[in-house]
Amino acid sequence: MKKLKTALFYVILTLGALTMIIPFLWMVLTSLKPQNEIFTSTLSLKTILPSVWRWRNYADAMAAAPFGRYFLNTAIIAVGGTALTLTISSMAAYAFARLRFPGRNALFITILATMMVPAQVTMIPSFIILRHMPLFGGNDILGNGGHGWLNNYLGLLVPGAAGAFGIFMLRQFFQGLPRDLEDAARIDGATESTIFWRIILPLSKPALAALGTFGFTSRWNDFMGPLLIMSDDSMKTLQIGLQVFQSQYTTQWDLLMAGTVLVTIPVIAVFLMGQRYFVSGIALTGVKG
Amino acid sequence: MNGHRMTGLERREARAAYGFLAPALFLFVVFVAIPVVAAVLLSFTRYDIFHRPVWIGFDNYRNLMRDEVFHQSLVNTAFYAACTIIPGMTLSLALALILNAKLRGITFYRAAYYLPVVTSLVAVAMIWMWMLQPTSGLINQGLANFWEPFVRWLGGALNTVSFGLIGDTLMKYQAPQPSWLGTPTGIISVGRYPLSLTLQAIVMVALWAGLGWNMVIFLAGLQGIPTHLYESAMLDGAGPWQRFLNITWPLLKPTTFFIFVTAVIGASQVFGTVYVMTNGGPNNTTTTIVHQIFQNAFAFLKMGYASAMAFVLFLIVFAVSMFNWIFLRGESDYGL
Repeated sequence: MKKLKTALFYVILTLGALTMIIPFLWMVLTSLKPQNEIFTSTLSLKTILPSVWRWRNYADAMAAAPFGRYFLNTAIIAVGGTALTLTISSMAAYAFARLRFPGRNALFITILATMMVPAQVTMIPSFIILRHMPLFGGNDILGNGGHGWLNNYLGLLVPGAAGAFGIFMLRQFFQGLPRDLEDAARIDGATESTIFWRIILPLSKPALAALGTFGFTSRWNDFMGPLLIMSDDSMKTLQIGLQVFQSQYTTQWDLLMAGTVLVTIPVIAVFLMGQRYFVSGIALTGVKG
Repeated sequence: MNGHRMTGLERREARAAYGFLAPALFLFVVFVAIPVVAAVLLSFTRYDIFHRPVWIGFDNYRNLMRDEVFHQSLVNTAFYAACTIIPGMTLSLALALILNAKLRGITFYRAAYYLPVVTSLVAVAMIWMWMLQPTSGLINQGLANFWEPFVRWLGGALNTVSFGLIGDTLMKYQAPQPSWLGTPTGIISVGRYPLSLTLQAIVMVALWAGLGWNMVIFLAGLQGIPTHLYESAMLDGAGPWQRFLNITWPLLKPTTFFIFVTAVIGASQVFGTVYVMTNGGPNNTTTTIVHQIFQNAFAFLKMGYASAMAFVLFLIVFAVSMFNWIFLRGESDYGL
């Protein structure tokens, strides 16, 4: 009976896992087929695998658009944005976790409440603010005349840099850290910023790694932000760039799948390397039963 | 600190705190507080970004009440939410319970289910557009290949027990080759608004993509439940179903609440998959609230009208969040 149950569990899990993996396998196989082999209507062992493994699809896909540039843009936004978010959020979280000041609770609750505001509500005014950023992108001091932070890395890096979720999560983590070290440092006359940079942050590596992995993947995969802000071809990201393979009438599926593989590999690599941070990160969000 | 004058030390601590908070607060004011107020104001104007906004009172909201495409987007979003949240959560809880049964290979399975979660939604959309392609997609090819043997087997089986009519009729049916992403009709509809096959296909893709996320969170919750509770329940002779109802379900409540809240918010904001896979078509049967906001704001440059839509979205999310908070939170403790 016990054995039967275990076997049944494995069957269910494996069927589910196949459902998850097969689309990815199909993507990889399509990306390696010659174009005349991707449009077959019968499925057999012969047509599932490419007759010749066409690695050139990858070179062709890369040549279809400035993907090197898109890659660079995406990397700058994902890495830079994550670093900026971690810095700003952890500073704010430290103040909420350790320092006493008038208005602390009211301010914290206000920041948490912003989690309820859908990004789409602030999207339109934020777009207008970015467009009218004074003295950038040809704007005058009143923010008129140019395009401001549109088509500028700052337009994607800055607005999302302070996240309520990150502040909340890091505050929870900081509150759980033992106070002995910082108290000793305070007695020795250390300033708050020394304590923060030298004691709190080094102790918080697991939380920062978890938040960083989340931040990196969500920025790498972001679609709406770059769609709105990066209209200039030289500023596009990989997610936006994938659309070059689709025109209104035809889609070059072989190249599109090759491009999709290339765009997906970095996040899968980061995920596999940081898998334990992902899982511990979820535990850190305080959803443990 | 009310009422008494701050000492020098306290004042220094407060000054340090505001220093630490300054960058975050500045960003919240510029990119959240001001935009929220601006969005409300804009929703009472006509604004095309090139000319000054014109105050038009409640006209945008009045037009929203008559806007059939917007109504379709409300129906679609509600259907999407209902189908991704309840079945999605049930499935992922079931998977998490199985994975939690101390089986070998948990890391592999967890990674497999999580794969779609780390993949960008654009990539997911592209992969599924190809999977669902009418003639060469894997789904329809699979249907074509397995349909005939399956129908023949089923028809034969039916023929042996009946008079052959049902089996013979069944065997005449060709394998369905639906145009998954190009069918504006469906079996069910809400009033005048159809829930098209295309919308159903998008919902399936969303379920596929979101399963791993919910499962991993459920798993974290399950692993936080102390095992000695199960041990003593088993000593008292409680069966698996009783153990689930009396231990797992109540102790998992905070996790379930968290997943539910985030799933509602996520579903109410669905955009990327729709934009890439169908751009709202065919016949607007897959458009969503956020897709309508995007279209109106950035394709038609009706920024005021789109802001009114965004405000309606905010009210919906707010109402649902409040409902969750009041009725479903129960004993959960989030440190809030």
